[in-house]
Amino acid sequence: MAELPLPLLAMEGIQKRFGGVQALKGVDFDLRRGEVHALVGENGAGKSTLIKILSGAYRPDAGTVRLEGQRVEITDPGQARSLGIATIYQETSLYPDLSVLENLFIGHPPRRGWGRLDWAAMRRQAREVFAQLGVELPLTAQLGDLGKAYAQLVEIAKALAQHARILVMDEATAALTADDVERLFAIIRGLREQGVAIIYISHRLEEVFRVADRVTVLRDGERVGAEPVAAVDQDWLIRRMVGRELHNLYPRNYRPPGKPLLEVRGLSRAGAFEGIDLEVHQGEIVGLAGLVGSGRSEVVRAIFGIDPYDAGTVRLDGEPLPPRPWTAVRSGLALLPEDRSRQGAILAMTVRANMTLAVLRDLQRRGFLDEAKELSITERFIQALQLRPPNPELSAASLSGGNQQKLVLGKWLATEPRVLILDEPTQGVDVGAKAEIHQLMDRLVGQGVGILMISSDLPEVLGMADRLLVMHRGRIVARLPRGSAPDVVMRAATGLLEEAHVR
Amino acid sequence: MYVDRGRQISIAVFLLALAGVLLGAAPSFFSLGNFKDILVNISYVAIAALGMMMVILTGQIDISVGATLSICSTLAATASKAGLPLWLVFAISIGAGAGLGLLNGLLVTRFKIHSIIVTLGTLSVFRGALIYFTKGAWIYQLPEDFRTVGLGTFLGIPNPIWAMAVVLLAGAWVLSATPWGRALYAVGSNPEAARLSGIRVPFVQASVFVACGALVGLATMFYATRFSTIQSNTGQGFEFLVITAVVVGGTNIFGGSGTVLGVMLGALLVGVTGTALTFLKISAYWEQALQGLFILLAVAFDALRSRRRRFTRRAGGGG
Repeated sequence: MAELPLPLLAMEGIQKRFGGVQALKGVDFDLRRGEVHALVGENGAGKSTLIKILSGAYRPDAGTVRLEGQRVEITDPGQARSLGIATIYQETSLYPDLSVLENLFIGHPPRRGWGRLDWAAMRRQAREVFAQLGVELPLTAQLGDLGKAYAQLVEIAKALAQHARILVMDEATAALTADDVERLFAIIRGLREQGVAIIYISHRLEEVFRVADRVTVLRDGERVGAEPVAAVDQDWLIRRMVGRELHNLYPRNYRPPGKPLLEVRGLSRAGAFEGIDLEVHQGEIVGLAGLVGSGRSEVVRAIFGIDPYDAGTVRLDGEPLPPRPWTAVRSGLALLPEDRSRQGAILAMTVRANMTLAVLRDLQRRGFLDEAKELSITERFIQALQLRPPNPELSAASLSGGNQQKLVLGKWLATEPRVLILDEPTQGVDVGAKAEIHQLMDRLVGQGVGILMISSDLPEVLGMADRLLVMHRGRIVARLPRGSAPDVVMRAATGLLEEAHVR
Repeated sequence: MYVDRGRQISIAVFLLALAGVLLGAAPSFFSLGNFKDILVNISYVAIAALGMMMVILTGQIDISVGATLSICSTLAATASKAGLPLWLVFAISIGAGAGLGLLNGLLVTRFKIHSIIVTLGTLSVFRGALIYFTKGAWIYQLPEDFRTVGLGTFLGIPNPIWAMAVVLLAGAWVLSATPWGRALYAVGSNPEAARLSGIRVPFVQASVFVACGALVGLATMFYATRFSTIQSNTGQGFEFLVITAVVVGGTNIFGGSGTVLGVMLGALLVGVTGTALTFLKISAYWEQALQGLFILLAVAFDALRSRRRRFTRRAGGGG
């Protein structure tokens, strides 16, 4: 047998315990030069912990880390960076008010004498790095003006400017549009050609097949599989991840829709969206597709009364709905917002307090909270949503991302809404929880609730919705029946199908 | 809604250590009479601190409470001298405080100006207006029934101590057992999520200023009634005492967490240090410096704690 080349990175027998939880039970992981290695697993499987050990945020309890065969102790994030390990997190660590150039070199700016910043060197290095990535960016533009996709690019460029050999990408595409994902994949392939090794973490399994060379699956703190991507399929991955068969990711029982519940006519706000007409009927799921920035979230926020609109009407059950969140809630409208930690859950409060936040008024008995009723509501939705761990007194911050999402969903179900608006309901949620959320959606429409769902995950909208509205630049450009082909939706979303109003 | 037991324990430990020092250096500190004095002295601070805590819980602050105390004192004393019945004097003081609080609350929510600026402004306006109307004159010869409120006793215990106990217990109950109390924590922790959950954030924010003003008005009745004269500049530095009690007592200065027990301990700490310094024959000039030090320690403690919490949160999330 030919001698294998030494892997760039080898982690062996890594263990880590947090309090009573053994997060990693002796995990092995290796990474070769110029490979894209996907790391997958459900929330809580230990992916983040493993990555944080690699990036110096945590110290392992046991196990070794070798770089090119040399044993290294990574004691802090600064040291990881100097070893050439760069991590790009889900939420970027950039400064929206600074320029692209300043963001690239923050923390390690080139200097000349007397502590002055060497702007010329910065510009030169920045141009080199962007050339390496094959993109052009205005160096002096404020990052905040450029959008999320560019923030991601700047993060990668920042890592390269620090001579990263190992790039860890944690849910890098979660906030990106389909177009931007394509661009990112092209960049990833380019970096692989140049010998950069990439650890790619994603909940979107189809991405694993499109971009990765090898895949390692973690479950409950153990490695349960490590194979070349070419040798496996999606079913194998899911079976490994959840440890059981997952029958159907998109369970739908289609029923004829009932009377219209939510009617929006001519809703417009200058610069955001224009002439939005839509209805949601009893017992149907309406998908609102489109690229990030096409105005989808802006429309549902306006419907719910969070942001104002210039023209148009919103009716719920035939009654005009004034644009205020509290009237919306009381009239039977619910909105699961896009940003779960900033707009959804109150992380510092308990599961119980979060679950009943939208129904506090109904919990009053002579001005005081009816604690027994509060607890029974909480227990009911912990049960219905399979919230784990099932403890109402835990703080929301201690739950995993998927369970936080279930908690926010539970808060809205407690209001017994007639129309439920879901903005990216499964973003950053693992496959198991995703299937559970989908099952719940089908159950709800079976009970006569109307659902308006925004999702950037195309298979999800196609798999779950009764019909689709596609937005492009603030307008609804296509109305498609279920079973539409993904490429038709994509063409509409990218503006290539402007005129086609399929009914 | 984390309960910061750590802070409560550290205050208790500090008080015990101080007690140890006093036991050696000034045993006469430990008399029933002295304890009563301390509690009476902090009672009006603790009552107002409950209101301040509600404001700080929602992420706001009210630094006009000293001026409010001053206006309420003058109004109450004037009303009492005019022969109005005691219940009406109470109502006037509480109502005036609530009215000034409403003004603060409306300025903060209508014009979306930060409360530190709003109440800095109203602090000066309130004081200026008071001097204008009273021409700086003191009020003398307060009626007997008025002074009984602050100086009288019930079952051998001074009235202000009763008032403090009742108000703090009621406050703790309101905060933990009413939708309004729950909303304060929600708005302070994450105003955006609270708004999206249908909580009327501006209403909640305005209401805490009203509650704070009303409680200052109530505190006035156990403050102004203990002196034989009311000066038109009374209550200066009161805001400092009240904010110290709240922040040292573990209420997060950025909002979202805090307990009434903490407020009580904070007020106790403020009161005990002052008296202890006297007993230890240390110049009273050190009192303010020491209280300032407590605030700094408390805020540093908060900063460290939130950093640690962010760290452990990352451990739990993700996957």
